[in-house]
Amino acid sequence: MSAAELVSTPRHRGEPGRHSKTTRVVIYGLLLLFALVYLIPLVVMVMTSLKPLDEVTGGNMFALPQRPTFGAWVKAWGEARIGVSDTLGISGYFLNSIKMVIPAVLISSLLGALNGYVLTKWHFPGHKLVFGMMLFACFIPFQSVIIPMAVILGWFGQIGQSLSDATGYSFGFGNPIVNLVIAHVVYGLGFTTLFFRNYYEAFPTELIKAAMMDGASFFQIFRRVLLPNSTPIFIVTVIYQFTNIWNDFLFGSTFAAGDSSPMTVALNNLVNTSTGIVEYNVNMAAAIIAAAPTLFVYIVAGRYFVRGLMAGAVKG
Amino acid sequence: MAALDIVALRKRFGALEILKGIDISLEKGGFLVLVGPSGCGKSTLLNTIAGLESISSGEIRIGGRAVNDLHPSQRDIAMVFQSYALYPNMSVGENIAFGMEMRGVPKPEREKAVAAVAKTLQIEHLLKRRPGQLSGGQRQRVAMGRALVRQPSIFLFDEPLSNLDAKLRVDMRIEIKRLHQTTGSTIVYVTHDQIEAMTLATKIAVLKDGEVQQVGTPAEIYNRPANLFVADFMGSPAMNLLEGKVTKSGADVGIRLERRDHPPILLPLPISADGSKLSEGAKVIFGIRPEAVNDTESVDSNAKSVIHFDAEVEIVEPAGADTYVVTRAAGKELTARMRADTSVKVGDNHTFAFNLDKAVLFDPATTARI
Amino acid sequence: MTVSVAPLATEERKRSGVRRGLQDWLPRLVLAPSFLLVLVFVYGFNLWTLFLSFTNSKAFPSTTLVGLANYQKLWNWTFDTDPPSSWYTALVNMAIFGGLYMFFCLFLGLALAILLDQKIRGEGILRPIYLYPLALSFIVTGTAWKLFLDPRIGLEKAVHDWGWTSFHFDWVVNPGKMIYCVAIAGIWQTSGFVMAMFLAGLRGVDGEILKAAQIDGASAYQTYRRIVIPIMRPVFFSALVVLAHMAIKSYDLVLSVTGKNPGGAAELPSTFMYSYTFTRNQMAVGSTSAVIMLMTIAAIMVPYIYSETREKSR
Repeated sequence: MSAAELVSTPRHRGEPGRHSKTTRVVIYGLLLLFALVYLIPLVVMVMTSLKPLDEVTGGNMFALPQRPTFGAWVKAWGEARIGVSDTLGISGYFLNSIKMVIPAVLISSLLGALNGYVLTKWHFPGHKLVFGMMLFACFIPFQSVIIPMAVILGWFGQIGQSLSDATGYSFGFGNPIVNLVIAHVVYGLGFTTLFFRNYYEAFPTELIKAAMMDGASFFQIFRRVLLPNSTPIFIVTVIYQFTNIWNDFLFGSTFAAGDSSPMTVALNNLVNTSTGIVEYNVNMAAAIIAAAPTLFVYIVAGRYFVRGLMAGAVKG
Repeated sequence: MAALDIVALRKRFGALEILKGIDISLEKGGFLVLVGPSGCGKSTLLNTIAGLESISSGEIRIGGRAVNDLHPSQRDIAMVFQSYALYPNMSVGENIAFGMEMRGVPKPEREKAVAAVAKTLQIEHLLKRRPGQLSGGQRQRVAMGRALVRQPSIFLFDEPLSNLDAKLRVDMRIEIKRLHQTTGSTIVYVTHDQIEAMTLATKIAVLKDGEVQQVGTPAEIYNRPANLFVADFMGSPAMNLLEGKVTKSGADVGIRLERRDHPPILLPLPISADGSKLSEGAKVIFGIRPEAVNDTESVDSNAKSVIHFDAEVEIVEPAGADTYVVTRAAGKELTARMRADTSVKVGDNHTFAFNLDKAVLFDPATTARI
Repeated sequence: MTVSVAPLATEERKRSGVRRGLQDWLPRLVLAPSFLLVLVFVYGFNLWTLFLSFTNSKAFPSTTLVGLANYQKLWNWTFDTDPPSSWYTALVNMAIFGGLYMFFCLFLGLALAILLDQKIRGEGILRPIYLYPLALSFIVTGTAWKLFLDPRIGLEKAVHDWGWTSFHFDWVVNPGKMIYCVAIAGIWQTSGFVMAMFLAGLRGVDGEILKAAQIDGASAYQTYRRIVIPIMRPVFFSALVVLAHMAIKSYDLVLSVTGKNPGGAAELPSTFMYSYTFTRNQMAVGSTSAVIMLMTIAAIMVPYIYSETREKSR
């Protein structure tokens, strides 16, 4: 029962309690006003991306496009100059992001599930401390690990160089995408472990015990009992990781500069290129392309998204 | 002028009718218990009296005054909730005083009232504590204090003891009864526990599916249940309900209970029943509580009408203060209550006794008492 | 009826002995890689950064220790107000941005949650609208708001076109006011999340308490102010902690709203660290600022986590 239902006076017989009409109007009015405030930047972005440049610079940002065109989109995708790179368009960087995100999300989620399983169903002395330490890892500012990370990845690069000199193949050492995957997996472990640990904590331990009595091994229990029942938290974790890793900028710009940059870095370079005329419409188109995957995930699976935020932020 | 009058109360929720025409009256100083299984509408009824829910038709009068359209805070009522509903961020004293604060009672008066109530309930030492620091029983007393301080016409209790453990429940039940006797307040009390109903009430209303099955004193409800539902619901262990047939020979009306492997039990008409409308061979349900089924040594010596019969003992359940002995009649189990030190054993062929003063008859078709 | 169980039993025991041994160690073995990774990459690296802050590293890490010299430097810079050092600006901006960000996110979040709790029709549509900005990268948000607030093609121009020609809103290009624009963009992005937290908290309030308040005669306003909002204090603190954490870490947002590296007006500790380490080749100073950021976050998070886990085990 919401607070509202109970704090208002019964007015007519047979009608549930209601606010006065004016209060109702004010409430809806405020809510709609805020909805507008939240939507307008996105709307302006979309409209701007569909306008030819002269309409953008000459006209009102709230005006509907008079001559809507996808020219800016085409340019953003394949022809725009990103920073000082020779590669034109953001399509390549979009692909980079995909190549980085998929392994990073899968690996960190799977590891998180295993960790959560161990931490909740196979208690060992010190498990609380271990969990606490992994939990704290969620909250560090990345600035405090960037320098050592850069050093280590530099070494990897050298290893990769010598490996490819010797065998013609670098085994991924020094590959910027691989670097990013490593970074995101490591720094995502805290969150994924947290999510799965909280979920498995509430999972009935009796089921595990029953499986043990049936003779199932450690991994069999995980594979046959826990995992099949983990779909909700898996979705939440994957969505959370996907959003965070796709949207990351700091790691991308530090560890994968240049042609191997992810989408976010390319976007920032594009938008902040100060040479010549600022092509706002192209910038907006690129921004929307960058935002599209996470927005899509949000629209399709929004409530899992929210659940992830709740789980990550509120619980300790 | 009754303290509470509920007249033809109906409540509909969309297409579903939750309360189907309730009529109950409660005199001043009475203790009305609304009892029934889950979903019977007793909490809903209480909420409509409180004004927390609206009604579709009918009238509610408190102290002769129609309160249908009044806000809960204007109905001169106070309520004690199942989960105590104490404001967690306020101290005990502030909790009790909150209602007065909302009504604009000045601080010195509030403090006096709180102190008086705290003294009555013996919670003076808790006034500065927060609800989170109190035990279940203490919280319940604070909740009662919050209600008492309003000095309302009617107190409403919504299953206040359900959250307490068994021992505490008994202690608090006695406290509520004592409170009722010392303050003489008018109380409407909802519970699903029929023992609470029997021990606390001056008047019981048994509800089922939104309809009143019977209103009466505890004795009436227990000894003269209006229908099969009331008979079965009240009393633990439940009343024995056996199918029988009417026998008529001249002016004498009797009941015949068939048994497999044994001769049938022939009984005269129980004192409570009106045999004038019964016809030969009509089916009836014979109801008798376990404590009215004994044997020759434990039967009530003041009983006017006792019938003995032999039966085989199937189960013996020692229950501490008594022993329950189960046999069979009319195709069903028949539970008898005997003394704890009875020598009856499983398999014995024993002589049982029906105390027909306490027996009742029901019409199987209408389920009403005959 | 006896069966000779003895031989079977010993075999069982032997098998289970091995299995027991494996069972004891396998879980820890499985957890070990993750834990080690965290140990090295999180704790190890933090210690490494801490170490660097005690050195005189410039463009590359060096091992020459200089004691607390870097901390001394930053300490001095904190009070360099005329002209303001980058560090001083960073701290001031942190206070402004952090303060505004946290206050308005909490205020808006609570307001929207209370409004949405009034049995609104269409909540299913409104809630996702308030929340979607969270799905966006900070870069995208910054880009959008940079356009929106741009005086030549954004808000100022639009208002001019509508007739109010004396309207001025060039904050996003005004060095002194840039940080406020960053705050606006940040609030837009995160307030939905705070709203979701508060809404969940509101819905968790025991219905019977609200009934009691009704019987006590409390009006809607009084009920919210005296009862509901105080009950929400834990949610409030959770939100505060999350917001503080995000404010301290924010880097992408500043960059995208203000341009490549504002190098001045909209400096924040995060951009300070980055520019000193990678652009100005003063790794030691950068490390020091990173350590300070870490300490600040730890000062907020550790007591919070500690109190949360303690409450759980009660």
